Amino acid sequence: MIERRLPGLLVLGCFGALLAACAPAAKPYECTDKIGCVTIAPAASVHIAYALVVAGPDAVLGTDSKRGVEIAIDDKGKFRGHTIELTGEDTGCNAEGGQAAAQKLAADKTIVAVIGTSCSSEARVAAPILRDAGLTMISPSNTAPDLTKPEKHVDGYMRTAHNDELQGAVAAAFAYTTKGIKKAATIHDGSIYSQSLAEVFAKKFVELGGEIVAGEAVQPNDTDMRPVLTNISAGKPELIYYPCFTSAAAFITSQAKEVPGLETVQLMGADPMYSVDYLKAAGEAAKGVWNSSPDFSAFAGGYKDFLDKHQKKYGEAPLSAFHAHGYDGANIIFAALEKVVVADADGTLHFGRQALRDAMFATKDFKGITGNLSCSATGDCSDTKIAVYEIVNADPASWNPTGATDTNPKKISQ
Amino acid sequence: MRKNSLGRLTITDVVMFAVGLGLAGVIVAGSAATLSSGKYTLAQWQDLFIFGLAQGSIYALIALGYTLVYGVLRMINFAHSEVFMSGPYTAYFFARYMFNIGFLQAYPVAGLLIVSAISMLTSMAIALTVERIAYRPLRKAPRLVPLITAIGASFFLQYTFRGLYGSGIDRYPELAILKGSISVLGVRVLVTQALVIVAAAVFMGLLYAFVMLSKTGKAMRAVSEDKETAQLMGIDVDRIITTTFALGGALAGAAGVLYALIFGQVQFYMGFVPGIKAFTAAVLGGIGNVPGAMVGGLFLGVFESVGPSLFLDGLGIPAPNQLKDAIAFTMLVFVLIFRPSGILGERLATKKA
Repeated sequence: MIERRLPGLLVLGCFGALLAACAPAAKPYECTDKIGCVTIAPAASVHIAYALVVAGPDAVLGTDSKRGVEIAIDDKGKFRGHTIELTGEDTGCNAEGGQAAAQKLAADKTIVAVIGTSCSSEARVAAPILRDAGLTMISPSNTAPDLTKPEKHVDGYMRTAHNDELQGAVAAAFAYTTKGIKKAATIHDGSIYSQSLAEVFAKKFVELGGEIVAGEAVQPNDTDMRPVLTNISAGKPELIYYPCFTSAAAFITSQAKEVPGLETVQLMGADPMYSVDYLKAAGEAAKGVWNSSPDFSAFAGGYKDFLDKHQKKYGEAPLSAFHAHGYDGANIIFAALEKVVVADADGTLHFGRQALRDAMFATKDFKGITGNLSCSATGDCSDTKIAVYEIVNADPASWNPTGATDTNPKKISQ
Repeated sequence: MRKNSLGRLTITDVVMFAVGLGLAGVIVAGSAATLSSGKYTLAQWQDLFIFGLAQGSIYALIALGYTLVYGVLRMINFAHSEVFMSGPYTAYFFARYMFNIGFLQAYPVAGLLIVSAISMLTSMAIALTVERIAYRPLRKAPRLVPLITAIGASFFLQYTFRGLYGSGIDRYPELAILKGSISVLGVRVLVTQALVIVAAAVFMGLLYAFVMLSKTGKAMRAVSEDKETAQLMGIDVDRIITTTFALGGALAGAAGVLYALIFGQVQFYMGFVPGIKAFTAAVLGGIGNVPGAMVGGLFLGVFESVGPSLFLDGLGIPAPNQLKDAIAFTMLVFVLIFRPSGILGERLATKKA
């Protein structure tokens, strides 16, 4: 075997020497990056990975972001002659799923950067694993405040989604100031996202002068919400704020009005409930529910164009709230990669992982479709405004999330 | 050698008894504090109780499937939660179709009966298939083997249904006749809950009558007591086991429709939590014992519903409803400390050993 392969190797070696001789300016790439380098061979593609929830009850959340990334890849076409490849793992919207997905991605050395995760509890466990693998992750939909708090921030973690310090404040101000609601109750599902958003809302609501009559919690798999709602009804709230994920949120929605004392209560949720699957799961009771989400009407001019491409590619309107954030996230990766990549004469690309990470964190005044994105040292890049919407029709077929005041959901905040 | 019962008390018994007494103390103190604070009105307690009863009836129907199979085969059928899921999820598509063509609104009773029949038949078919493929070839294997197969069958079914129907959530159509509430002896009961409680009671009554009065029921009890002797007496054991799985499956299918009526949502993973709870209920009531499963189910449902408010609220624990599963399983521990074979459980030590 060895003897037979030897001439071939010799030929290859000579050919390589010839190439090197032909291009006198190119000296071989030397990796000086402290967390390693990636080499993309001439025929290989630029490999982007996602870690998003694309199956299960919250599948629309991740699928929506994934489609944003796919459209960004279509728009980019080729990266310096290389095709762009997207692969990924489902994260299940829980810590276990996030960990499993991160471990699989960390083992693949061809990955350039990761788009993900969808839910904040996934990010908490996935971020250290991806950091140790030298990867940089950019999340389109994690909103829990402490992911980007300086003392808890993990290197290489960033997001294009808004921080819930903002969302909770907008929701509380809308309920208290705009609608004059004085007594509210909160329910969270124990996940990092849900609990911290409920806490921010409660804090801001009390600061404004309102009263929180009950701070309750359920579990994501709970189905019978009537006991917890009965507990809450004892405090006679005018509004229940429950930033939970699809399944639990839908159970609360459909059972709330059946509990005596809560017949007229206003229901209010947050971005996971801004999805077509929430309408499917909650049924008729979804009508009249408020929820806070990105203000799509404040997005940049390119958003309209994006929606047309989305309609053309998938034949339907976006499923949830974080498609544009996925699109911007992918483009931030491409822009940073452009800055750090070194190309050989034969088309081989090299870049250092720390250099890419630094370039992504150095993103400043990036013209995305969610706004002008500038990343903080702890990875908050969002320029998203928050709006409050009302679901005016419970029929999933009427879903048309353009952020306008005459569609379903309808924008009701200023 | 001391032969009185005190002499056989081990240190474990003493510790467990102390733990039991401690739990009882916490329960009594918490309840007293909550009741004296007067935070909840009588009507709210009644609501909580009725919610629990409805949820408990569903647990009881599923628990019967566990207990029947355990009775004849001495194995835990962990695929039962998927048997429970398969019926209502399949029937959903028929319900949706009948709703879309207007049949369900025009003839709601007939429609619901059709949906229930489809659900029960599907669950029964799945239960029989699992028994035939996964359990019967292992009838002579050690008892741990079918247990592991059961877990495998459970995953297989879960992901098969996920592949067939998708991983999202679907919602049963809402019917006008099931809306609103009625008053029973001055207690407000939602129509869906009343229907669930009554239907579950009817199913349980029918099953009990079947097991106690029919010839097949008698044969089932005989197989449960001693398989070999039953065979010698001319009972076709395989047929009895098949019947048992069919009954358990049908009850799970019925429970599934009731679940869908109360909660509306169906998805491929919906069987897991009710399955675990129903298994707990079966153990709580005394596994292998038919009335035990019913009592265990109702007991568990009511404690889950009333427990967080009653025991924990008074102790000043924030967000007590998050802990309702902890309450359910603590109740299991509590009951098993004092009655190791369950509330109505047979004394295994004397009878089976």
